Amino acid sequence: MKIKRNTLLTLAALAVFYGLLALAENTLNTYWVRILNLCAVYTIFAVTFNLIFGYTGQFSLGHAGFAAIGAYVGALLTLSPAQKQANFFLQPILPFLANVEMPFLPTLIIAGLLAALIGSLVAWPALRLRGDYLAIATLGFSEIIRIFLVNWQPLTNGAMGLKGIPEYTNLYWSWGAAIVTIFIVKRLIDSSYGRAMKAIRDDEVAAEALGVNLFKHKIMAFAVSAFFIGVAGALFSNLISTIDPKVFLFTLTYQIVGITVMGGMGSLTGSAVAASLYTIFLELLRPIESQITIGSLMIPGRPGMRMVIFSLLLLFVILFYRKGLFGQKEFSWDWLIGFLRGKNRKMKTSQTLGSTGAADKENKS
Amino acid sequence: MSQSDLVLEVKDLTIFYGNIKAVKGISFTVREGEIVTLIGANGAGKSSTLRAISGIVPWGGEINYRGKSLRGIPADRIVAMGVAQVPEGRGIFGNLTVLENLKLATWQRKDKAEVSKDFERVFTIFPRLKERISQPGGTLSGGEQQMLAVGRALMSRGSMVLLDEPSMGLAPVLVQEIFRVITEVNAGGTTVLLVEQNANMALRHAHRGYVLETGTISMSGSGPDLLGEPRVKEAYLGG
Ligand SMILES: Nc1ncnc2c1ncn2[C@@H]1O[C@H](COP(=O)(O)OP(=O)(O)OP(=O)(O)O)[C@@H](O)[C@H]1O
Ligand SMILES: [Mg+2]
Repeated sequence: MKIKRNTLLTLAALAVFYGLLALAENTLNTYWVRILNLCAVYTIFAVTFNLIFGYTGQFSLGHAGFAAIGAYVGALLTLSPAQKQANFFLQPILPFLANVEMPFLPTLIIAGLLAALIGSLVAWPALRLRGDYLAIATLGFSEIIRIFLVNWQPLTNGAMGLKGIPEYTNLYWSWGAAIVTIFIVKRLIDSSYGRAMKAIRDDEVAAEALGVNLFKHKIMAFAVSAFFIGVAGALFSNLISTIDPKVFLFTLTYQIVGITVMGGMGSLTGSAVAASLYTIFLELLRPIESQITIGSLMIPGRPGMRMVIFSLLLLFVILFYRKGLFGQKEFSWDWLIGFLRGKNRKMKTSQTLGSTGAADKENKS
Repeated sequence: MSQSDLVLEVKDLTIFYGNIKAVKGISFTVREGEIVTLIGANGAGKSSTLRAISGIVPWGGEINYRGKSLRGIPADRIVAMGVAQVPEGRGIFGNLTVLENLKLATWQRKDKAEVSKDFERVFTIFPRLKERISQPGGTLSGGEQQMLAVGRALMSRGSMVLLDEPSMGLAPVLVQEIFRVITEVNAGGTTVLLVEQNANMALRHAHRGYVLETGTISMSGSGPDLLGEPRVKEAYLGG
């Protein structure tokens, strides 16, 4: 009964969400539509980082590298042959890619699969390392990918990047992918595999003693994460239509880590909320990077000011909300209904019952 | 006794941590249906020995489980072969609930109907765990965590359990309780290898015991014999 009710509520919420997306797509200007698309891409980034670090405890800093793989696959498979020729004017593109032009869905899937494949290959040796060492190894991997992008001209067009990538990404694609990601990651962490991942996070030695295959579960978390980062990368390049290796500097990973920490390690809800807040917030702050004149006072614009504010915000969250906005809590219908009822009850009975008493009763019933 | 009822056979076991030789060639056996205890001072190498059997630390010498060498077998396979462990310091996963902690032990099992019976069994033995089923393991009291660790080992339905100081940090009543459970589980057919600081309790409940001193076995015998042994009395039973 209860499960059925929640499923219905979820379906209803999805329908409403779809309606909102359609509304946004049709009424908002392209600028805001792009920002909402970016919210979805960052949501995927944060959710996948949460899977690797928040749930499995593996401090991997390879996100920018995996995103780059996905972004370049997304670009190279969707660019038309003519556009490719125009892009690769210094050195011709590798012959096998010259005439490829694919629809968006297979492109996204290939982007994900390639990122997952490379992710697993990297994870193979790297996952023998722990903590800081794993972080350093994956960070190194991410940099190696970027250096490849700069130097492997016939494949990537080097530092000049790629232009004129078709703008296939719209709100249905981006949020569709985000919802699929959240759904699959949620299913995974609620399964017995997820339990094993969380056990590894809490105490690796004890998990091993209990018979948890450490390697298998770490690789699984890595591959699933890398797949969706790759998909998000492809969504990204087909959104902004111009990419170059500088987009995938370490700062991208840093932002993703920051967003996930702000949302709460171990909360997918937190990741989604923080990713959207972050993206919108950063846009709203854009004016502070340009010249501001207040009366006779003129403050010159400083590019990068927004990141300073982001860093301060992150510092604030870490100091005062150790566990991020959501901690390990997750949105659920039961919680929402309990919350709404609890609130009603509280209003009615606050004279006679303590508020905690009312809430307790609700939880038990 | 026949060869066939040997559950565990350890021969010339050595364990190194870097250059330090923590276990210096010990040999002992555990037979079907027995409770065997390893007692010894801090740092004698008891936990190391259990970790070697579970495949968590590298070791030299021979370890055979039911006639099969455990050399090179990864930890998760050893559990699947039926060797469950309650690690020292309990090994409770702090962020997982009591239920999730218990479920972790069952996930190699295919016999779902039996699993739910075992849940009932654990909750009958430790009603306190049932009351706290959705509480995170990390917020249980020390004693409750110990119950959870022991309960979890029962859930994995090992034909053998390795217990590392199950009575550590427990109030006397609970120590009694834990030993009662160990005896009960053993009576149900599970072979037990028990590491204890509480030599008195351990020897009283064990069929046989070994005394480990700085990496070597200095004495062995039946539980009552060792209890009566003057050297054991002096060193481990407080004179
Ligand atoms: N990971 C490790 N690295 C280095 N030395 C270790 C390691 N684990 C154990 N040792 C050392 O090996 C020796 C045996 O340790 P072990 O944990 O087996 O002792 P124990 O008999 O279980 O002691 P206790 O009763 O205090 O638990 C100790 O001297 C300890 O310091
Ligand atoms: Mg020990």
